[in-house]
Amino acid sequence: MRECDTIAAIATAMTGAGIGIVRVSGDRAFEIVEKIFRSKKTGKKLTEQDTYTMHYGNIVDGDEAIDEVIVLLMRGPHSYTAEDTAEIDCHGGVYVMKRILELVIRSGARPAEPGEFTKRAFLNGRIDLSQAEAVMDVIQAKNEYALRSSVSQLKGSVQRLVKGIREQVIYEIAFIESALDDPEHVSLDGYPEKLREKVDNLIQMAEDLLIHADQGRILKEGIRTVIIGKPNAGKSSLLNVLTGDERAIVTEIAGTTRDILEEQVRVRGLVLNIVDTAGIRKTEDRVEQIGVNRAKEAVRDADLVLYVVDGSTKLDENDREIMELLQDRNVIVLLNKTDLVMKTTTEMVERMFSKPTVGISAREESGFDRLADLLEEMFLSGSISYEEESYLTSIRHRTAMKEAKESLKKVLESIDCGLPEDFYSIDLMDAYESLGKIVGESVGEDLVNEIFRKFCVGK
Amino acid sequence: MPFVEEYVDVAVVGAGHAGCEAALACARLGLETAVFTVSVDSIALMPCNPNIGGSSKGHLVRELDALGGEMGKVIDRTFIQSKMLNVSKGPAVHSLRAQADKAEYSRAMRMVLEETERLRIVQAEVTDILAKDGRVTGVRLYSGAVYHAKAVILCTGTYLKARCIYGDVSTYTGPNGLQAANHLTDSLKNLGIEMYRFKTGTPARIDGRTVDFSKMEEQLGDKRVVPFSFTTDPESVQIDQASCWLTYTNEKTHEIIRSNLDRSPLYSGAIEGTGPRYCPSIEDKVVRFSDKNRHQVFIEPEGRYTSEMYVGGMSSSLPEDVQHAMYHSVPGLEHARIVRNAYAIEYDCINPQQLYPTLEFRKIRGLFSGGQFNGSSGYEEAACQGLIAGINASMEILGKEQIIIDRSQGYIGVLIDDLVTKENHEPYRMMTSRAEYRLILRQDNADQRLTPVGYEVGLISEERYRKLQKKILQIKEEKERLERTMVGASGPVQSFLASYGSTTLKTAASLAEILRRPEMDYEKLAEIDPARPVLPPDVTEQVEIDVKYDGYIRRQLKQVEQFKKLEQKRIPEELDYDSIPSLRLEAVQKLKLCKPISIGQASRISGVSPADISVLLVYLEQKHRQE
Repeated sequence: MRECDTIAAIATAMTGAGIGIVRVSGDRAFEIVEKIFRSKKTGKKLTEQDTYTMHYGNIVDGDEAIDEVIVLLMRGPHSYTAEDTAEIDCHGGVYVMKRILELVIRSGARPAEPGEFTKRAFLNGRIDLSQAEAVMDVIQAKNEYALRSSVSQLKGSVQRLVKGIREQVIYEIAFIESALDDPEHVSLDGYPEKLREKVDNLIQMAEDLLIHADQGRILKEGIRTVIIGKPNAGKSSLLNVLTGDERAIVTEIAGTTRDILEEQVRVRGLVLNIVDTAGIRKTEDRVEQIGVNRAKEAVRDADLVLYVVDGSTKLDENDREIMELLQDRNVIVLLNKTDLVMKTTTEMVERMFSKPTVGISAREESGFDRLADLLEEMFLSGSISYEEESYLTSIRHRTAMKEAKESLKKVLESIDCGLPEDFYSIDLMDAYESLGKIVGESVGEDLVNEIFRKFCVGK
Repeated sequence: MPFVEEYVDVAVVGAGHAGCEAALACARLGLETAVFTVSVDSIALMPCNPNIGGSSKGHLVRELDALGGEMGKVIDRTFIQSKMLNVSKGPAVHSLRAQADKAEYSRAMRMVLEETERLRIVQAEVTDILAKDGRVTGVRLYSGAVYHAKAVILCTGTYLKARCIYGDVSTYTGPNGLQAANHLTDSLKNLGIEMYRFKTGTPARIDGRTVDFSKMEEQLGDKRVVPFSFTTDPESVQIDQASCWLTYTNEKTHEIIRSNLDRSPLYSGAIEGTGPRYCPSIEDKVVRFSDKNRHQVFIEPEGRYTSEMYVGGMSSSLPEDVQHAMYHSVPGLEHARIVRNAYAIEYDCINPQQLYPTLEFRKIRGLFSGGQFNGSSGYEEAACQGLIAGINASMEILGKEQIIIDRSQGYIGVLIDDLVTKENHEPYRMMTSRAEYRLILRQDNADQRLTPVGYEVGLISEERYRKLQKKILQIKEEKERLERTMVGASGPVQSFLASYGSTTLKTAASLAEILRRPEMDYEKLAEIDPARPVLPPDVTEQVEIDVKYDGYIRRQLKQVEQFKKLEQKRIPEELDYDSIPSLRLEAVQKLKLCKPISIGQASRISGVSPADISVLLVYLEQKHRQE
């Protein structure tokens, strides 16, 4: 089976280096890139070019040149996915790469699902049979990651807003459907006008959300990071070093409402979102004993846990409990206070707890290069690029929100055209489905359940 | 001990709406068929509402007819009132509903059965399903008689271990006090079949002579009646119609119900079966929708030759005295005499996930089932499953390929796919919102969608098929003509448009483009379309719908294309889900339970994620390449 719709993603890790590839694959790959590409040389269109050719030019958004790029064309079946594939080599940094990806999507591609390039490559015979299990693992792992980041990337307030819109949408569909199923009990007289008002309102809400999204206020990108450790281990000093470091760019994300306070820290092009859910910002003397339960909650959704250990004291029962809790998480142990006399060494920690351990001194700001090396190793060289997956999640969200808005607009058109009510629910259902992609919920039996819950139908 | 021993091709257990269609299909396809019923007088009985059709159910009847089923033809001969519902809405949701003369319907269907060659009716209770080596071999009756059969179709309706309840009165009978079938459940359990217990209910019947109709609103049938069957001459259904009547419950009714809730077996826990949410009892409505101060009540005749009337909207299992008080509180029913009490009924049925989408049991070859036994509800839902089960039992015996109607081909497909794929905890009723491609699945085009299938199977005559081919061709040609024929911005055209408040033309436009305007229709267009051919109304209706809603229809056709791709990707039955390492545990459990036949079906199982589907695809590709 060959799927032929065209997908796109950033194919390289999104490092600060700023060189990366946007990959587009599918029947319309060339045609889509053509729309946003202006060649430096005049000549044939991309769609008419030979396979394995490179083209130098600009990616443009209307009249605006976004980046100077090289486009590499590979015709199927001789490409990674065995489909027509265009790769856009861009130089303008992470921001530009994202804009190019968005342009590609606006021009007709859709954001790739987790592991979709790999899946297509395998299904189209480009990956060796012996790797089938690895392929399945990648698909499942990427998907789990995307699901988790879907939830963790959305701010709580935004999540509530999207769910709120979604609930209103399903309520209206259920009302229409109950009237269609039971026309003698439920009347739709005068309903289109009421619906117009409601849909107008929902479109406004969707637009507000999109504006915020464009300003980066809603969807968080980066590695969800939690700092954990016993009191006095030096968590706050660590955070201060990370945020105050001259290599780091600190942004406090102020959302539509600030329900989670967090720091965004860049380390060599990696974005760490350090979430202050475990009270890590409290001053040392006021820090409570970290209960295991509280720690559990904090690390559950984390991509990375920085576990701070006070090297000037001995490891104790509390440390053992924390280590047990962190057993199957992505952890870096930071052995702090190397400037003092050490009672615990990196070797001692590693014997107890097989996780990478770095000696640091938050006071003297030493050992942080080794931490950065470790982070790079973990997140930039693995088979799963979390940065990329995380960003894709956010662009999937945005695309879905736009789709929802478009569907709602179609409802208004149908009302204006005087189409019968059953047509409204087609587009409303599309909107409901799109919104579901954002909050990670599928449609299932929602409609039937809503009809029975909210409306008295039946003989 | 000596006993009667007979040999047939197919044994159909039950002669309700599913059983009748199943038996007719088998006999018509050339197989020796026996249909067993606990009472020959209850063939095609309508023990609940006196209607056939209704929203989405009307679609089912049309589809059944298009495939070569019988229900549509019989109701066309025995209806006493008919309405096309939702005419003010889009064509996709237009749906026929007829009031039946119950006794006439039952009698007419029985006659069809009796006149069908190779079909015999046997009054007896089937107590055992006989099977050997995973293959059905026949049935045993209560008398000990054995009917050997190559296929058996179970259509037991609500009769298995049936119990009727109102208040603290309960009787171990089927509907209408008919004998229940108390032995078959154990035989099925012994065969490893998983059983459910469901519940449904019916309102009281009252004596029409004691009803004060002056306090009610009269509900008339349509002036021009549309028949159910594509084969019925439309002129033959223009009859004198009976009326139905509308009245309402009130606060007093609700008070009576509320103050007696503790005596309801539903709330006291005496009823254990799961009831349908779409068909709530009046006590349910009063409790769950306490903000509504009245509910509609439809008083409907049960037939032409009886004064009994059905009290639609007030099904109940409250005690007899409460029922009397409650019905008497409704305007017009103050002095109504109750002929039959309302009651709830509990019965055994199966978890339909044990079936293939062909309605054959996965565990036992040659054993099929249909209707309420499969956990559905409604005469129409039952009839459709009966027909499909009958066709497929026949195909199996005849060594031909069984049929599956998919979700893009008909409501029948949606119905069966939902039953065999999704977890179902209440009697399943068809609803138009369950169909994702409903713009394509219209009641008016059921023949185009399904008659070719019926023809292929052998239930549709050559003549009927040719007629359809001609109709399809005429539709195609007329649509093309409308797209092709251009009209200029000439004086007559502009004044024609202006007369209907339609914007005038700046440049030439095709007739199709003008027809797409909301204020236009095919008939009006005649004024500027002098060259149009004379076409039958069922052709022009299709042309108009196809052209007018072209955009939306195209969109759905595109979705159907995607859908078909996944349906065609088959999953081998022996697939060992446990051996796929990347599949999540929940997905493995659900997949093992349902054993989907295609990736498409797998994707509709709740608990199976898109990533699981991707993993499955990769796994199947791996297997395929290894072979």
